[in-house]
Amino acid sequence: MANLPHSAAPRTMFDKVWDRHVIVARDEGPSLIYIDRDIIHEGSFHAFADMKRRGYSVRRPRQMFGTPDHYVPTTGREIGDAATAEIARMIRQFDENMDWGGIRSFRLRDPRQGIVHVVGPEQGITLPGLTIVCSDSHTSTHGALGAIAFGIGQSENMHVMATQTLWQARPKTMRISVSGTLARGVHAKDVILAIIGKIGAGGAGGHAIEYAGPAVRAMSIEQRLTICNMSIEAAARCGMVAPDDTTFQYLHGRPFAPSGEEWDRAVAQWRALPTDDGARFDTEVALEGHAIAPMVTWGTSPEDTAPITGHVPDPAGAPDAGRRESTAKALNYMGLTPGTPLADVAIDRVFIGSCTNSRLEDLRAAAEVLRGRKAVVPAMVVPGSTSVKRAAEAEGLDRVFREAGFEWRESGCSMCAAMNGDFVKPQERCASTSNRNFIGRQGPNARTHLMSPAMAAAAAVTGRLTDVRRLLN
Amino acid sequence: MTPFVKMTALAAPIPGRNLDTDQIIPARFLKFDRSGGYGQFLFHDLRFTPEGQERPEFILNREPYRHAKVLVTEENFGCGSSREGAVYALCDHGVRGVIGPSFGDIFYNNALKNGLVPVRLPEDIVASLRETLMATPGAEVEIDLEARIVRLPDGSSHELEIDPFWRECIMKGLDEIELTWSYMEDIRRFEDAYLKDIPWINR
Repeated sequence: MANLPHSAAPRTMFDKVWDRHVIVARDEGPSLIYIDRDIIHEGSFHAFADMKRRGYSVRRPRQMFGTPDHYVPTTGREIGDAATAEIARMIRQFDENMDWGGIRSFRLRDPRQGIVHVVGPEQGITLPGLTIVCSDSHTSTHGALGAIAFGIGQSENMHVMATQTLWQARPKTMRISVSGTLARGVHAKDVILAIIGKIGAGGAGGHAIEYAGPAVRAMSIEQRLTICNMSIEAAARCGMVAPDDTTFQYLHGRPFAPSGEEWDRAVAQWRALPTDDGARFDTEVALEGHAIAPMVTWGTSPEDTAPITGHVPDPAGAPDAGRRESTAKALNYMGLTPGTPLADVAIDRVFIGSCTNSRLEDLRAAAEVLRGRKAVVPAMVVPGSTSVKRAAEAEGLDRVFREAGFEWRESGCSMCAAMNGDFVKPQERCASTSNRNFIGRQGPNARTHLMSPAMAAAAAVTGRLTDVRRLLN
Repeated sequence: MTPFVKMTALAAPIPGRNLDTDQIIPARFLKFDRSGGYGQFLFHDLRFTPEGQERPEFILNREPYRHAKVLVTEENFGCGSSREGAVYALCDHGVRGVIGPSFGDIFYNNALKNGLVPVRLPEDIVASLRETLMATPGAEVEIDLEARIVRLPDGSSHELEIDPFWRECIMKGLDEIELTWSYMEDIRRFEDAYLKDIPWINR
C-alpha cells in the first residue's frame, strides 16, 4: 500500500492491517485506530439512543451498513409475523434508526437481508485489509477474508458511528496452524471445535489469531468464515486468514467489492497483506488436520468438545477441583451420565443455521446426508441470508430438506440467539450448528450440542448424536 | 459516567469458570430501554426461579452478600456475547468493581466505558480471596484506582493493573470521546490520504 510504513522487520498480517489504521499512537495504552466499516443490527439501539441524547450524527454513513437479524421472524417477511409486539417494535426501531442515520440497510423484505456476518462477505462489504466492527461478538467471522474484525459494545458502537475511530490496545498475535488434509466427513466446524477444545474457552485471550497451514489454505471462503466465526469462543480478539486467490475469486463481482481498474488496484494491495516469512507470533499452536474427527460438544462451554467416537467425560478425571465441579455442573444441566458413548445420546430437535453454519455450502453438506432420508425429530433450516435461501432454492436444496421433514424458514439468527421467538424448549436436547452451548442460550433450560451441518443432518435422521461418516457413501 | 477514585466495599464470590454474558443477563431482557434499569435482570436465571422467586442458594440472594458492590469471579468471566447489557445490569445493581483472573475481552472494554472497574489478579490470589469471602461473610475489599492498589481482607495489597488512559477516564468520569474530538484534525488528515488509497470503501 502507498502509505505503509516501511520497516525492515518482517510483520504478521495482523500487524500490517493494524499499522495501516493507526491515527494516533500513544506510548502507553490504546491507540486511536481508523474503523472502515460498522455493521448495524437491531441490538444497536442503545448506541442510537446515546447519539440522539448527545446530539451527535453519524459521521460517515456510507461506510455503515445495516440489516435486521437477531429479532426477525423466520416464519414470514411481514412485521406482523414477529412473535410478539415487543419484537416487532425492535424491527421497526431498527428501520427508524437507519433512516435517522442515513445508513444503507437491507431490511426485512430486502432480498439482501440476512445475518450481519453472512451478509457482509456475501455483498462484498467485507474486504481484505479493512477494520470492521459490529456490536456482535461473532464479528470475528469477517477476518476470514483478511480483515481485522471484532465485536464491540454499544458505547464503542456510538464512538465509531460518531467518529469513525476507536481507542484500542494492540492485542498479541497467535498463529494456529492446521497441517495436512481433512478426512471425508470432517468440516471447518470440526476443526474449530477441535481448536477450542485444545486451547480452551479462554485460550486465545488477549490475542489476534491467524489461522494458517495447508488444511486452512485448502478451505473455501465459507469454511474459513466458519473457523473465524468461533474465534471469540476461544476468547480471541479476532481471527484472520490470509487473503489468496480463493479470496479474490470469491469477492470478484460482489456488489460492494471494487470493480474495473479499482479491482486490480485492490488485488495488488491485498497480495501484500499475508504474513511475511520470519514474522514472529507471540503464541504458536499446531494441530494435525488428518487427526481431526467429527466433533460434538457435551457441556455448556464451547471448550467442552469431544470426537463423536468418544464418551461423556467423568468429572473425576478432570485435572483440578474447579474443573471437576464445572464438569459435574455442566453434565447435570445437560442431563448426561459420565461414560455414556456420545453416539448413544438421543436428541429431540435439530437446528441448522446461525452465522457459523448457514451458508450455501453448509446447506449442501447437510442436504447430501439428508437426500433420500427422513428426520425422526423436529428439525429446521434457517438460511443465513435471503440470498442464501434463494440460491439454495435455485438448486433444489429446499426440496431435499422439506422431503426429509425439515422446516424451511426465512433467514435470521433464529434459534441460535433465541431472541425472535424461535427457541428450544426446557430440557429439550438440540443438535445445533450454532456457536454457543451456554446455559439457557437456545432457551431457558435448553440443552445444546454444537456440531457441523453434516453432523446435525445425521443426528436428525437417526435421532441421536451420530458419526456422519457412517451415513456417507 | 460516575467517577470512581477509591472504594471499600463488601465483596461476594461468584462461582463459575467461563461465566458468560448470557448468564449475567439472558437475551430476552436485551429489548428493554436502559431507562427502566437493568439491575433487575442481573444473573436473572441464576437468581430467580421461573416463577420469579429468589433462589436461596444463589449467593447474591444471601445476607450479607446481596449488598456486595464488588464481585470476585473465576476465569474468563463475561465471555461470550458483546451485549453491553451485562455491564448495565451490574452497574444498575450497584456493582462498581469486578475482580477475577481474566475477563471476556469485549466485557472488559464495556466495563471500562461504564465506570465498572475490572481488576485482573493472579489466579491463586483470586482463589484464596474467594475462600476468605465465603469463610468471613461481610469481608470488604478496597479498590484504590488512584494508588493503583487493591487491598484484600487478609491485609495483603496487590497492584491494580489498568491502562493509564482508562484509569484517568474512570477517575474523572470522562468519556473518551471528548479526547477523540480533540484529535479530529488528525482523523481528517488520516482519512483524506487513506481514502485516496481505497476509494471503493466510501461509495
